[in-house]
Amino acid sequence: MDLDPDDVFRDDEDDPDNELYLERESTKELLVYLVDASPKMFSTTSLAGDQKDETHFQIALSCISQSLKTRIINSSYDEVAICFFNTREKKNLLDINGVFIFNVAEREFLDRPTARLIKEFDCVEERFMKEIGSQYGIVSGTRENSLYNALWVAQALLRKGSAKMADKRILLFTNEDDPFGNVKGATKIDMTRTTLQRAKDAQDLGISIEILPLSWPDEEFNVSLFYADLSGLEGDDLAQFFPSTVEKLQDMKDQLRKRMFKKRIVKRITFSIANGLSIELNSYALIRPALPGAITWLDSVSNRPLKTERSFLCSDTGALLQEPPKRYQSYKNENITFSVEELSEIKRVTTGNLHLLGFKPLSCLKDHHNLRPSTFVFPSDEEVIGSTCIFIALHRSMLRLKRFALAFYGSSSRPQLVALIAQDEIISHGGQIEPPGMHMIHLPYSEDIRHVEEVYSYSNGATPKATDDQIMKAAALMKRIDFKDFSVCQFSNPALQRHYAVLQALALEELDIPETNDETLPDEEGMSRPRVVSALEEFKLSVYGDNDDVESELVDNGKASETSKKRKAIAENAVKECANFDWDDLADSGKLKDLTVVELKFYLTAHKLPVGGKKEALISRILTHMGK
Amino acid sequence: MARNRETLLLLLDVGPSMHKVLPELEKVCSMLVEKKLVYHKSDQVGIILFGTEDTKNELTREVGGYEHVVVLQDTKVVDGDLVEALQQLPRGTFNGDFLDAIIVGMDILIKKFGETDKKKKRLCLITNALSPVKDPFEGTKEGQVVTIAEQLVRHGMGMESIVVRERLNGTATKRIMDENDHLLNIFAKKTSAKLVYVESPTSLLGALRTRNISPVTIFRGDLELSSKMKIKVWVYKKTSEEKFPTLKKYSDKAPPTDKFATHEVKVDYEYKSVEDPSRVVPPEERIKGYRYGPQVVPIAPSEWDAVKFKPEKSVKLLGFTNASNILRHYYMKDANVFIADPGNTRAIIAVSALARAMKEENKVAIVRCVWRHGQGNVIVGVLTPNVSDKDNIPDSFNFNVLPFVEDVREFQFPSFNNFPASWQPNEQQQEAADDLVKLLDLAPSGKEEALQPEFTPNPILQRFYHHLDLKSKHPDAAIPPLDETLKRITEPDPELFSLNKSAIDAFRRSFELKDNPKLKKSTRRILREKTSGSNMGKGFADISVQSLNSIENTSAVKIEIIGDLTPVQDFETMMSRRDSPEWIGKAIKDMKNKIFDLVEDSYEGDNYPKALECLVALRKGCILEQEPKQFNDFLRHLCKFCREKNLSSFCEFLTSKELTLISKTEAIDSEVSDDEARSFLVKSDTKVE
Repeated sequence: MDLDPDDVFRDDEDDPDNELYLERESTKELLVYLVDASPKMFSTTSLAGDQKDETHFQIALSCISQSLKTRIINSSYDEVAICFFNTREKKNLLDINGVFIFNVAEREFLDRPTARLIKEFDCVEERFMKEIGSQYGIVSGTRENSLYNALWVAQALLRKGSAKMADKRILLFTNEDDPFGNVKGATKIDMTRTTLQRAKDAQDLGISIEILPLSWPDEEFNVSLFYADLSGLEGDDLAQFFPSTVEKLQDMKDQLRKRMFKKRIVKRITFSIANGLSIELNSYALIRPALPGAITWLDSVSNRPLKTERSFLCSDTGALLQEPPKRYQSYKNENITFSVEELSEIKRVTTGNLHLLGFKPLSCLKDHHNLRPSTFVFPSDEEVIGSTCIFIALHRSMLRLKRFALAFYGSSSRPQLVALIAQDEIISHGGQIEPPGMHMIHLPYSEDIRHVEEVYSYSNGATPKATDDQIMKAAALMKRIDFKDFSVCQFSNPALQRHYAVLQALALEELDIPETNDETLPDEEGMSRPRVVSALEEFKLSVYGDNDDVESELVDNGKASETSKKRKAIAENAVKECANFDWDDLADSGKLKDLTVVELKFYLTAHKLPVGGKKEALISRILTHMGK
Repeated sequence: MARNRETLLLLLDVGPSMHKVLPELEKVCSMLVEKKLVYHKSDQVGIILFGTEDTKNELTREVGGYEHVVVLQDTKVVDGDLVEALQQLPRGTFNGDFLDAIIVGMDILIKKFGETDKKKKRLCLITNALSPVKDPFEGTKEGQVVTIAEQLVRHGMGMESIVVRERLNGTATKRIMDENDHLLNIFAKKTSAKLVYVESPTSLLGALRTRNISPVTIFRGDLELSSKMKIKVWVYKKTSEEKFPTLKKYSDKAPPTDKFATHEVKVDYEYKSVEDPSRVVPPEERIKGYRYGPQVVPIAPSEWDAVKFKPEKSVKLLGFTNASNILRHYYMKDANVFIADPGNTRAIIAVSALARAMKEENKVAIVRCVWRHGQGNVIVGVLTPNVSDKDNIPDSFNFNVLPFVEDVREFQFPSFNNFPASWQPNEQQQEAADDLVKLLDLAPSGKEEALQPEFTPNPILQRFYHHLDLKSKHPDAAIPPLDETLKRITEPDPELFSLNKSAIDAFRRSFELKDNPKLKKSTRRILREKTSGSNMGKGFADISVQSLNSIENTSAVKIEIIGDLTPVQDFETMMSRRDSPEWIGKAIKDMKNKIFDLVEDSYEGDNYPKALECLVALRKGCILEQEPKQFNDFLRHLCKFCREKNLSSFCEFLTSKELTLISKTEAIDSEVSDDEARSFLVKSDTKVE
């Protein structure tokens, strides 16, 4: 555990949704990316509509590369191996033909992703033909079976760790729906049988095998030829896991990307509807703020991590305490103590279930009724059979009647009212954009809502409101600056991008840090289009009038102007006082430290620098500003 | 602290028509003072009651009139007496005149502070405004109210009125109600007073703001539509979670004689090297490291400052888009509000024009925000129009934070249409669901919307402050049960549910639920939850009788007797069977017989451990099913039986394993006290020997 000293003052019991943010080691994944490297993967079909020729092999690599980058940030305890099959060269533990495990220095075959792995994997394609080579492994006449070998190698890699502690998965990328098409007769039957048996053995060991089929838009990847049997899926499951053929390459990439991550259930929830009728739901955290990783303190000499020890001292006696069992609140000049059990008992107002209270029209849910990211719930029939049916029925009714459900969620950290909004499935281009289910929105209590607008209500008469003409101009402006297909998460977080770009560069000991692109800046070019500019001008004219100088209007809020006057006076005074010193001389002779803090601040104020901090900080700031 | 000191006068209507809600009134007012005792210790509070039998105020002595208005407590710094006074408000016998009370309150504040004192002063009126206001000696009521309102404004007094009233109170009082409402409305208009109407006791608890937080802007500056067109705005927090108070750690090490002991606990952090745990590394030898995969990358703060992301303080418009493109569940955090600079008329008009146009066209604006200078990240959010329907409140925008690509996990879920037919509701089931959704309506037209967030208090905070106050009087006070009024928040409203019983029953009949027979462990989980939860678990059993019989034929596990091999498991399975309430009785009976058999057939105690296992299981089951008597009687009987049959070694064995009767604390129905439960076996043993 890393202890952040900044966190000392946080209430231990009170950190909300801790389980949602933390990736625990116990839920890690062991994952083998198994990539078909047969010549067929390298063929390009030029298609009208798609911009450039991209081979399936390239698509697979770019998907893996993306997923590695996400993994190192979000779930760095996961261990991965990248393994090609149908290769010319071989490199694997069992030393069998046609299977090549890609790896970098200081790393086992199946290990946590490192900066170096990501870096080198990004350029594996250039070296591929020379160092690894592509060669179709299953040809008639030999008994060689590269798919069988690949599964065997993957299974051997995944022998590490117990199945209870980790999810073990094999992700198989291929565009060959009939791997034994080249062989005939008894050999084919035999090969199919042994390969399926191999897959089944792996599944019996708790390893799931998932097929990520690659196909061109005009041809179908026929899973029923072979892979349906291999993945162990049947009937309806199959339809869920193998989406229909896609029309565009980008859609296929999106689908692959989504399927590479395993859904993690945050919590199982019992949703009691009425008089003892309860169904079972699983909750998922689909949206949570991604944060830069926690800070670890290191020894500046050895760069080894330090162990943080926390100790409690009694302020009165100085005695070392165990974790103090009691808390207190001062009240009426007394210290009222509470035991930890008492506090958790106070918070326990219902059982941990979700209790339905009733339904309301969607219009009752206001935009400010929000405190935290929502949680997605999806029904499960695992424990209580029939849950899904009830859920679907309610889901449909709520959608049709445009209502949301109000429920009380008795979680232990903060029991609160939640709104359950039914979300219909949204599919576009064969891919799922919004999954069907309900989103749980955490509602504020009356204590949490502030009535700021009312503070500025006008006691005499009405406030100015826009006229119809002004509204019309605003509407015209909106038409000009309109995002046609805005999707909520189209921007990447520039701060986070920068953070990890810096970390990656430092981890690889590279000197220059790559520039990152801030996608969140407004589109200056688009804004300066003449039609946009004229719409803006018209709107401005209609609300601000002819007088172009916005600042000219006097601020009639007395208090604000007073403070700003004061501030201005201080600044002017500082400039005057500042001129009394020969700063260059003082700095050169090191006499700055002989000045008082007040005098130092003259310089800082006059040059509009921050004035906070200790004297040393002020001096160093002055020196930096002077460039010394 | 002292700068923000406020003086609050509570004007409470205690007339006969208010008696029904007085308990809630007591709770919310005492809670207000309790919170002030924690957060604003130097605030002053006074209490004025009206509608009382007595009359006690200065104005009646000075000028006469103002009957039935009692100054229960002149303003004073908050203390425990105030809490107590508010917890036991007298019940009045007259119909109160709220205007009289306002004048008395105003008089007190004017006398105390004079005209010049700029301290915060507030009047809080809680009434049902059902009784008529007396005609003034001269002029009209309306004129009088206007005069009072002007006085309030002149003296800088705020006013807040909460009208507790169920709608449709009969036509006789309609005229008076309308008149009073009209008068109160004048106050609201003239003095920026807040006027709210509440119907249910629960919303009364939420209507009074019990903690006053002065709003602070998080941003003041330009909303940049483009580099040439800017609007001056102020940004405030609109919602912000009021946290459970942070309690300090308590040290009891100080000797009890030490009166000045602080009892505080200091937390100390030490950083030690892994190789040499005895060496403490001083701060200057430490460096921060960030994790990147298995590596930890050390970075000095100065180095980090040089390379990190440094956006400029600004709020920029990115564009507009259709409101339907932003789904509600993408809102990430607590909400903010953008209001136009209150001193800038043109900014107010600009915001108003945009807000109204957005509302008309059903558009929202996407903005990029950096609130502060030196902030290390940017925020992309959505502005939604907040068009005010009141004349004196300006239009504004709501602001909510939207996620970045990195914040979204795109999991794929199966489409509902792909589920097997047995999981799809049929027409009749869909109809039952429609009815349920329609009838369990929390916002019926013509009535107050129930559990509106604006009027729903946090039950945990209410409970904590109540308990805090109890503890200040009796340190060992037990935690009070959740108040009945607050249960309307945490549990379904029994009235609403019983009113729609037929729809609920129809819904339940339409669907069948059963535990997955393959999962033994989890069925137990549900059993536990069902019984330890509230009383809602009952009545579950009868719904699925027929369905179970028809479907369960296929499932192999159907325990009807307790076998020899796995008696405990069999017992538990039987206890959790829902198809008939008789199973529990049968399970207990069978288990008792089994235990008897085991003890009786025991040879030199070889069956004792197994018998104990069964006893423990039986005990647990009896606690869960609230059948303590069954177990207690049985244990008594068993011990008696053992002694008679010369098997008292089994009793000793039980004593050594600390098996006891079920006490009252474990199961409320038990007649056995804790001590009795513990000493039962010990006592009976000594008696025999």
